[in-house]
Amino acid sequence: MRKLYSALKYVCIACLAISLIALVAVVAYVLINGIGNLSFNLVFGEYKPDAPTLLPALVGTLELVAIAAIIAVPIGIASAIFLVEYTNNKGKFVKIVGIATETLAGIPSIVYGLFGYLIFVVAFGWGYSLLGGAITLAIMILPTIVRSTQESLLSVQGGLREGAYALGTSKVRTIFKIVLPSAAGGIVTAIILAIGRVVSESAVLILTIGMVVNKVPETLMAPGTSLALDIYYFANHGRPDEAAATAVVLLILVMLLNLLAGWIGNLIKKSTYGDAK
Amino acid sequence: MNEFIGSMDITAKGCNLYYGDFHALKDINIEIPEKQVTALIGPSGCGKSTFLKIFNRMNDLVEGCRMEGEYRIGGVDIFDKETDVNVLRKNVGMVFQKPNPFPMSIYDNIAFAPRTVGITKRSELDEIVERSLRRASIWDEVKDRLRKNALGMSGGQQQRLCIARSLAASPKVLLMDEPTSALDPISTGKIEELMEELKKDLTIVIVTHNMQQATRIADKTAFFLLGELVEYGNTDDIFTSPRDERTERYITGRFG
Ligand SMILES: Nc1ncnc2c1ncn2[C@@H]1O[C@H](COP(=O)(O)OP(=O)(O)OP(=O)(O)O)[C@@H](O)[C@H]1O
Ligand SMILES: [Mg+2]
Repeated sequence: MRKLYSALKYVCIACLAISLIALVAVVAYVLINGIGNLSFNLVFGEYKPDAPTLLPALVGTLELVAIAAIIAVPIGIASAIFLVEYTNNKGKFVKIVGIATETLAGIPSIVYGLFGYLIFVVAFGWGYSLLGGAITLAIMILPTIVRSTQESLLSVQGGLREGAYALGTSKVRTIFKIVLPSAAGGIVTAIILAIGRVVSESAVLILTIGMVVNKVPETLMAPGTSLALDIYYFANHGRPDEAAATAVVLLILVMLLNLLAGWIGNLIKKSTYGDAK
Repeated sequence: MNEFIGSMDITAKGCNLYYGDFHALKDINIEIPEKQVTALIGPSGCGKSTFLKIFNRMNDLVEGCRMEGEYRIGGVDIFDKETDVNVLRKNVGMVFQKPNPFPMSIYDNIAFAPRTVGITKRSELDEIVERSLRRASIWDEVKDRLRKNALGMSGGQQQRLCIARSLAASPKVLLMDEPTSALDPISTGKIEELMEELKKDLTIVIVTHNMQQATRIADKTAFFLLGELVEYGNTDDIFTSPRDERTERYITGRFG
């Protein structure tokens, strides 16, 4: 038995090593190939056929993130509040919604892309547009936001709600003053991770915003591009150097978002729980 | 709208309570006098907490809980549709077994209930916070750290903070569900002294598993068994000359 246990330990160590090597290899490869090709002009310059830039993609990415978040965050949080605070948590309804959100969260993004294409590009006649893409992305991240907010709300100790009700506090005030602040750390982390998905999404955008890489979009109804799409575009158009440089920018952006998520989450936890936890 | 003014005695008539099919409280009739401490004792699962929670209607939050009977506090029918449940709960405070301070500063914890009723003036809040903390005899320990998070306090301090938080809503009745069962003897002693003081203005009902505690602090004692109220009377009588054999067996520790 002893031997089996120590063997298990070494198998785990070996697996961990493989994961780490794969991770380091990807990051190192991207950085080594990309950093040398980064230049001020590539990131912020004006687009010329022989000197492409990322400015349209930067603008597009930021707009997509902003709109998708503005739509998905309030709807997602409000839905989760309803599910946790206003229904019997063990009821059939909550179970069915739970299965639905889990399924929706697991659907390949290209399916959302197809949906967005058929609705916004074709049925609404918008053609390719940033707005259509952003709404599609919002729909895509909604289930994730609902689920993680639900989990954060459920992890708030029941004793706090009871304590508030026992003081004659209304349900709405209990939710806004006690429950949401206690769950805020988890909710914020979930939102920022969802935004990370928006930043790195490409399949949805190919079908909805049109991949116009050479022009900063003038309105939300204009077609556009994003950093992830630019990688695809450059790689497909004989510009591997620019593709690698874009990958570095994207990688840094996603890394910053993850750090930000952790940092804000901790900050909120600290401000609600003080030094106690 | 029903208001809670005047005397604060509590009565329950023909009390029956069910959790789904389970008959948790059976035909209970009781009159609890105002401005005294009444202890509810009995073995685990006999329905003490359930009975206590009727009076601030916390059972309303329990799915599948159904009840019959008439319940009055200071003459007001607490289940009447003219009775606002939040007004009831402001008048009938509750302290739980596990201290449950809100994850915010000590000051904000105490100011929570006054703010709920719309008090925002700083000087007024300051005064309520100080008065409530003094009444819960914890002022001296926390007066220099009112802005610190309440979760950084010891368990005994947290429980007195929760008492102060209830007092800040100026209740007329205080329900306490095993308020000292998680505390050390010194904190327990402080809370018992506190109750002695508070009963000058408040009707206190306390659930306790500690017989000595009941004899120390309670004027009246009610003994519950399997959802029934077996015996109710002056604490001295219950503990020295119980009328029911089951009461005697319980208080002498021979079953339960
Ligand atoms: N929400 C609930 N749903 C179903 N049954 C419940 C619920 N709450 C309590 N009960 C049952 O009702 C009975 C009385 O419970 P209660 O909590 O009032 O007992 P208690 O006397 O306070 O016990 P203890 O001393 O252990 O706190 C128990 O049999 C318990 O299992
Ligand atoms: Mg109990």
